[in-house]
Amino acid sequence: MIEIENLSHQIGGKPILSGIDLTLPTGGVTALIGPNGAGKSTLLKLISRHLSLQSGAVALDGVSLASIPADQLALKLATVSQEVGVASRLRIKDLVAFGRWPHTKGRPDKADHYVVDRTLQKFGLVDLQNRFLDEVSGGQRQRAFVAMAYAQDTDWLLLDEPLNNLDLVHARALMAELKRMALEDEKSIVIVLHDLNYAVAWADRIVGLRGGQLEMSGKVKTVATSEILSALYETKIEVEDTASGRRVWYYS
Amino acid sequence: MPDKRLLWLGSGLVAATALYLLWGLGGRVWFILELRGIKLAGLVLVGIAVAFATVLFQTLSGNRILTPAIMGFDALFLLVQASLVLSLGGFGYAQLPSVLLFGVNSGAMMWASVLLFAAVLHRARHDIQLMILVGVVFGLMFRSLTSFIQRLIAPSEFAMIQGAMFAQFSGINRVELRAASLLLLMVLIWLWPRMAVLDVVALGRAPARSLGLDYDRVQMQMLCVIAALVSVSTALVGPITFLGLLVASLTHTLMRTHRHALLLPASALIAAIILVSGQAVFERVLRMQSTLTVVIEFVGGLLFLYLLARGKLR
Ligand SMILES: Nc1ncnc2c1ncn2[C@@H]1O[C@H](COP(=O)(O)OP(=O)(O)O)[C@@H](O)[C@H]1O
Ligand SMILES: [Mg+2]
Repeated sequence: MIEIENLSHQIGGKPILSGIDLTLPTGGVTALIGPNGAGKSTLLKLISRHLSLQSGAVALDGVSLASIPADQLALKLATVSQEVGVASRLRIKDLVAFGRWPHTKGRPDKADHYVVDRTLQKFGLVDLQNRFLDEVSGGQRQRAFVAMAYAQDTDWLLLDEPLNNLDLVHARALMAELKRMALEDEKSIVIVLHDLNYAVAWADRIVGLRGGQLEMSGKVKTVATSEILSALYETKIEVEDTASGRRVWYYS
Repeated sequence: MPDKRLLWLGSGLVAATALYLLWGLGGRVWFILELRGIKLAGLVLVGIAVAFATVLFQTLSGNRILTPAIMGFDALFLLVQASLVLSLGGFGYAQLPSVLLFGVNSGAMMWASVLLFAAVLHRARHDIQLMILVGVVFGLMFRSLTSFIQRLIAPSEFAMIQGAMFAQFSGINRVELRAASLLLLMVLIWLWPRMAVLDVVALGRAPARSLGLDYDRVQMQMLCVIAALVSVSTALVGPITFLGLLVASLTHTLMRTHRHALLLPASALIAAIILVSGQAVFERVLRMQSTLTVVIEFVGGLLFLYLLARGKLR
């Protein structure tokens, strides 16, 4: 469980997040949504300690995040940031293998190689595994970074807009895999999404931010309504149930 | 089983060494061999130091155009040296035992570079234009401060630092060689168990921290090591700006890997081969003593412009 208490953050005197109180229960997929600049990435960076806490508190399973040593945290929580840099001369399989670093500290054994191979298969990267990161498409690179976080095998997985460059086949496959991980492997996943259809179809909970404030949070069934989402984005968002029983969101 | 390319490079270095030591050997064989041996050791040490410093700095800065020399580390070393002469007085400076002097020089150098470059790297890591600009400005600033200090001290004292200001491979001094090897040995002992850590550093700050690496601490340590390495090479032969760039670029082209356990040895071997065989050719064929650096600077400088013009290297 991640407990966020009265979290505020400023950059250069400008408030980015203000007074966030939020509990992310263990297990399930939580979609973090909201307009550009709402503070979603900042929130994830504060949870993953890529930014240092200014005011408020974040606790992981009851332990203050600030008191967990970095190498311990890496065994509990993996992050994929929105801007993935391109380290040159790095092959996809080597990148994925770095996911094992917190466990092996650079001395992988057979079991680690097995995890890496299985991860490459799972994310459809086997054919690309020997390609250099700067020689693949943006979507393929994104998948490689998500695969690296997956190989890290942590209880928590924080993903910032992982669907950004993905085609619909891979986007759907990734969401299905995340859902499976939450159900079968009992992982807890927090994912920043822009496509409401994905959020509503695959997430268990939705958290909405706007202008640095928490606007909404709750089970998909209760918060995914036309009024609430329209208010969050200040845009008319309509919902329709199809004959096959699925909900479709219209905002184009 | 070591990498095949490393074995080839190793044999290359052995060949270059034999060439340098044995070519045109005659007369007082042992005397000449001893002289050549000292110079050879100096060349190899400088090669290792320049190669390691460059590869480490490129890992830290996340791109392939920058080198410690381009960022003004060498100029900083000269400034540190000049400041020491100024504050201790020429006599006091000369009184210090060479090893201690070397230690004080490198210590001050490490301190200054951590102070100056940690903040720059933190803020501008991926902005290559800004980094080059910072390098130019720092280099200019260090050089002008050095010449300002030279004006403050007596001409006889000035002569003490002047020797260090121009790259030359002819006058390698035995005491400095010993101090330099000691420092290099310490650096190697630090580096050896950390090859895999360096691979993680190369991923960049955010991914490295996600993997649980205390990035900022490792960055400080690496800056210290780079400063120590620059001290080694600058103290021995003076500033050489573009050798590191040449070596790092050849290394990456040959090795095509991210693993420092391969990159670092390869870069050291390549640098040593270039220096030793270059020096052999210059001394024996062209009968010139100091032109090697001119050629290295020229070729390296052209490479720098080429890489910059292509603009794609990271
Ligand atoms: N390094 C920074 N310096 C200044 N402002 C920033 C910085 N990073 C983010 N911001 C601002 O903080 C706000 C929230 O950013 P972010 O968390 O990235 O939003 P989101 O991910 O929801 O789109 C934005 O208004 C953005 O302009
Ligand atoms: Mg964002």
